Amino acid sequence: MLYTFSKGGIHPPEHKISSDSRIRDLQIPASVVIPLSQHLGAPARPVVNKGDVVKTGQLIAKGDGFVSSNVHASVSGKIVKIDKAVDLSGYQRPAVFIETADDEWDETIDRNPALATVISLESHDIISRIGEMGVVGLGGATFPSHVKLSVPRGKKAEVLIINGVECEPYLTSDHALMIEKGEEIMMGIQILRKALGVEKVIVGIENNKPDAIRNLSVIAKKYQAVKVAGLKVKYPQGGEKQLIKALINREVPSGGLPVDVGAVAFNVGTAFAVYEAIQKNKPLFERIVTVTGKSLKKPSNFRVRIGTPVSALIEAAGGLPEDTGKIIAGGPMMGKALASTDVPVVKGCSGILLLPENESKRNRIEPCIRCSKCVSVCPMGLEPYLLMSLSQKDMFDRLEEEKVMDCIECGSCSYTCPAKRPLLDYIRLGKARVGKIIRSRKKPA
Amino acid sequence: MSQLLTISPSPHVFGQKTVKSLMTGVIIALIPTFLMSVFIFGIGTLIVTSVAVVTCVLTEYLIQKYLMHTETRIGDGSAIVTGLLLAFNLPSNLPWWIIILGSVFAIGIGKMVYGGLGNNPFNPAIVGRVFLLISFPVQMTSWPLPIASRMQYVNAITGATPLGIMKEGLRNGEALTDLSGQIPGHMELFLGHMSGSLGEVSAIALLLGFVWLLYKRIITWHIPVVIIATVFSFTGILWLIDPVHNASPVFHILTGGLMIGAIFMATDLVTSPMTKAGMILYALGIGIITVVIRVFGAYPEGVSFAILIMNAFVPLINRTMKPKRFGKEVKYG
Repeated sequence: MLYTFSKGGIHPPEHKISSDSRIRDLQIPASVVIPLSQHLGAPARPVVNKGDVVKTGQLIAKGDGFVSSNVHASVSGKIVKIDKAVDLSGYQRPAVFIETADDEWDETIDRNPALATVISLESHDIISRIGEMGVVGLGGATFPSHVKLSVPRGKKAEVLIINGVECEPYLTSDHALMIEKGEEIMMGIQILRKALGVEKVIVGIENNKPDAIRNLSVIAKKYQAVKVAGLKVKYPQGGEKQLIKALINREVPSGGLPVDVGAVAFNVGTAFAVYEAIQKNKPLFERIVTVTGKSLKKPSNFRVRIGTPVSALIEAAGGLPEDTGKIIAGGPMMGKALASTDVPVVKGCSGILLLPENESKRNRIEPCIRCSKCVSVCPMGLEPYLLMSLSQKDMFDRLEEEKVMDCIECGSCSYTCPAKRPLLDYIRLGKARVGKIIRSRKKPA
Repeated sequence: MSQLLTISPSPHVFGQKTVKSLMTGVIIALIPTFLMSVFIFGIGTLIVTSVAVVTCVLTEYLIQKYLMHTETRIGDGSAIVTGLLLAFNLPSNLPWWIIILGSVFAIGIGKMVYGGLGNNPFNPAIVGRVFLLISFPVQMTSWPLPIASRMQYVNAITGATPLGIMKEGLRNGEALTDLSGQIPGHMELFLGHMSGSLGEVSAIALLLGFVWLLYKRIITWHIPVVIIATVFSFTGILWLIDPVHNASPVFHILTGGLMIGAIFMATDLVTSPMTKAGMILYALGIGIITVVIRVFGAYPEGVSFAILIMNAFVPLINRTMKPKRFGKEVKYG
């Protein structure tokens, strides 16, 4: 039986052209730029100075406060400056610049590739070690994993959901990882399970990746109560709330967290990072990145050091095609368009997608014909056409009433609109304004 | 890099559907009905349809260009759809100048005064038809006989519609059984061998169009199915109570403008509700009002009025019939 979520959703063409590419190590770049804000929450504070020599995996910035994350050197070499740099978001943010000398790893990291199966740490130590190693959610939201694992008092985690959905078109990094690192992912799952103290685990994978479902199902047999569930292909099934609904039929309440319904969800990439952090003492300084596009010579999945410029990835995949019109960090539904390829890969970057010129421009906006397609595809049960018009009219009270803050920004509405209206653009605008109003209300006068 | 990169917020890919493709889909869905109508009513169908479509498109163009001073958008095909639907709701012997008046009214007053496509509260084609029905009651209720005078236009031989025959007979105190000789059998009604508006007569052709609209996902089943089911059930109850003075439910769903109204008029995207629950309520209202007018009202036919009345309720329906929000269910545990 195949699972799926009930409300809304769309079926964009999948274009998983890089799915046959084995994971290859990308050449270590001559220099890296490591942003200090690669995660949700406060930026990390640098603990190194200009001129310092660091080893690969050495801590270079410490998480500032609880919701923050450590940042580590991804190469060994000299710190040439600590300064602002343009990151994937297009903003200038503080970053550490390292000139690569070599690739000398910190001695504490276990570089033996053999599977380490004994989990010696206890729950509390696992969580704090995951924090130390700078592990954040690798599905895209980059929420610090140690925060997610620290279940608030009074709430109880009952089921661990592992997200292998990869519902974004084009992207295949999770797919490649599930094929090649299934054993490690499954060990990572055991660690997460121990940290949370939960029995039940469900791994959700869409059935356009039958080989991944097969591989993980076989490995899962070695462990108790780990279920690998096939899912119907439907976007945005990889959204945390949609996946939880699909797998255990519970709806995360509006404004609530998954743990409110007893669930905690992690991406397969995060499970792998957790394995490396706990069993190999390896901080998160590299990740799998899909580099893809219809005109690209060699669509590939690379293991990339954090801080590597995007241009190096494109070069390794055969160079920038002539017809490139848009470069996207992430998938085509939720990714960010880049202004330049001279920006570094960060922890949350799952793919680099090149769209040809003729797919880059938006179409002419036409009047809303009230066809209600946006309403029927919204996975959150919202009315995008209404939210857009309320946002245009600055009607913030109504926007809040109509649950604009529930929008997960999946883009299904804009995708499906026959009049090509920029629904999500205006909804985002409304969300930002309403969010500000809500925050100011919470502050004591 | 030689060229500049495009920057825009996500999403970066878009579906294939456009306003034009939706309108084209509706036009294609109307082809079986058009062909059937040409077969039944002959050149009248050709003339009425051409005059209505050309006038609608021209009116929209002129208003956009010279009154609204906006970009002309006749290319989206919505004026063609209005023209076709208006024509399909007219008798095939209607004089050309009346069709022009109706078309100008449909587009001008039914659509453009509100700001054009997407802003009109009422179905423009029905606005045009009702305007003509009230202004030219004689011409609008003289119906050419099927097949009989396919080569005639304004001087086609006319007769009453099945619903008209029934209304008239019942008013004169006759029982339905006495009228059965004048009313075509169910199979003839289903194929469209009767007098009526040029596009309303053939149920089978309209149903073919419905299948196409569903297949192309231009509309959902909710509105047509609920309207037809409501009319069927309501007239069915009346028929069971008094079969002598009430027509059978099958007769009701196969006659008049019910099929074209349910499939093509009530489902107009602009003037129908935004949620499935809203659509069901709206369709229920149309079904009930149609039967009330047909059975208890002065007019033999009530679909147009029913749709207009429920169109007026759509903003209210949209305000109250909200989609079920995600995560509003009872909190677990």
